[in-house]
Amino acid sequence: MKTGKLLSLFRNVFAWALSLIMFIPLLLVVINALKTKTEANGMNMSLPSSFQWSNFAVVIEEGKLIQSFFNSLLYASASTILSIILASAAAYVLSRNRTRVNKVLYFYLILGIAMPMNFVTLTKVMQATHLMNTQIGIIILLAASALPFSVFLIYGFVSSVPRELDEAGIVDGCSPLRLFFSIVLPLLLPVIVTVGILNFMGAWSDFIHPLYYLNSSDKWPMTLAVYNFFGRFQVNWNLVSADIVLTTLPVVIIYLLGQKFIISGMTSGSVKG
Amino acid sequence: MNKKIYPIHFAWITLALYTVFFVLPGLMGFYYSFTDWNSFSTEINFIGFDNFKQLFSADENYLGFINNTLIFTFATVLLKTGLGLAFAIALNEGVRMKGFHRVMLFLPSIVPMLVVGLVFKSILNPATGLLNETLRSVGLGFLAQKWLVDLDWAFKSIIAVDTWKGVGYIMIILLAGLQAISKTYYEAASIDGAGAWNKLRHITIPLLLPALTVTTVLNLLHGLKVFEAVYVLTNGGPGYATDVLYTSIFKEFSMGRFGMGTALSTLLFVFMTIVGYFVVRLMSREGDGDR
Repeated sequence: MKTGKLLSLFRNVFAWALSLIMFIPLLLVVINALKTKTEANGMNMSLPSSFQWSNFAVVIEEGKLIQSFFNSLLYASASTILSIILASAAAYVLSRNRTRVNKVLYFYLILGIAMPMNFVTLTKVMQATHLMNTQIGIIILLAASALPFSVFLIYGFVSSVPRELDEAGIVDGCSPLRLFFSIVLPLLLPVIVTVGILNFMGAWSDFIHPLYYLNSSDKWPMTLAVYNFFGRFQVNWNLVSADIVLTTLPVVIIYLLGQKFIISGMTSGSVKG
Repeated sequence: MNKKIYPIHFAWITLALYTVFFVLPGLMGFYYSFTDWNSFSTEINFIGFDNFKQLFSADENYLGFINNTLIFTFATVLLKTGLGLAFAIALNEGVRMKGFHRVMLFLPSIVPMLVVGLVFKSILNPATGLLNETLRSVGLGFLAQKWLVDLDWAFKSIIAVDTWKGVGYIMIILLAGLQAISKTYYEAASIDGAGAWNKLRHITIPLLLPALTVTTVLNLLHGLKVFEAVYVLTNGGPGYATDVLYTSIFKEFSMGRFGMGTALSTLLFVFMTIVGYFVVRLMSREGDGDR
């Protein structure tokens, strides 16, 4: 009995230690974002003598953060909406009508989960389609790269929506398009929320696509703006920290609000297949 | 009938976008990796296997980049799976405030890798970083290293940072798997006199195998495509010691040597598509079984 209690104490201490290890680096940034330049020099955990809220104002001004915030918002939301509509339409017909050809098409689509992007030759495609250094180009790239995994998650879910509903719709004279939008799509909502949150956060964190294909700084998303800001203000860790906080805050808020969907979506989706 | 209700043209745009912006560049790579395509001349000439000869030559650094990519992948797969499993087993029962710990452990995986990289650039700073400061203040100063600067430590540090970011996610997948294992197995094993090790070996691991396969695949694909972690933490330095495939592709790209960049990309493309073929076959079969 005594060893049981000790073991349980050990487990709880261990859990707290792990949580701390995961949390301290993030807390470090928040603390230092509120310090003066000299205080933040050491980047340690000591609390600031007085809160320097003005750091955020400086960063927003100097780092052109408002512009990049709206860029990120545009890229993340537009690509998420695009990928959700395209992925659910494709997953729906491929899952419902499993002919030989459709199974091959599904396989071909989800092969993209493993395939790496060839960023070098992609420039040729981007030039040919006149999407180089354009916002719409980044949106399309983000959506296209999110498609394979989105199709995979939605495809599995479509099987759980009863076919009888489709048949009832057809009997009532629904066109295929109406059947999809007014009957099936609302029933896919749980998986769409999960896919939507994952794609949004993925697009918000994305760094490599704009690094390759956006050279004008007024089109940069938050990630690229932060990296550039770091290059210019390396010695001012208080400002860099403030910039990091502002970049990360949106994803952390979405995570805390939707953590049930995110954790269950990312885990059950991958465990059950 | 099915054809009418579920018209395949619903999938056309999806297939088209995916093909044009994802598959096509990969396939174009097969042609352009045999050319001298670069930013200095408008002409693109066919040069046969020259790029690949250079790539596999011992005088160049490319083999080292491939080697680094493989080491990174192998190490992160092993560390994340091993630590993730150990943490999951330790936290499976008897932990209070489970929800809170779950949120905390998952937190690093949703923070952009770029941000994680910048934060750890500060933490791992040899002179002022939090890690060395902490080590010194508790009297373990002899353990302090020049984490990202030292040739022996730079790559290990990158692997550690990536593990820090990803291990919570893996742990939570495995924890979900553990909780699906019925307790009766363990009770029966206890009656038969099995110890902790035997329970782990003969009950936990075999029943967790599907979840372990998933996490291994996730880590494998993530590891081979690593870019931001290296780009932000060391940008391949010191020298070329920590460069991986994706960072070297970006360097070739920035220098305008597109042919060589394409050759490196194509190598990765072939390798990962072959690996992906088996992975995806496994995934789509499981999906069929669910029906």
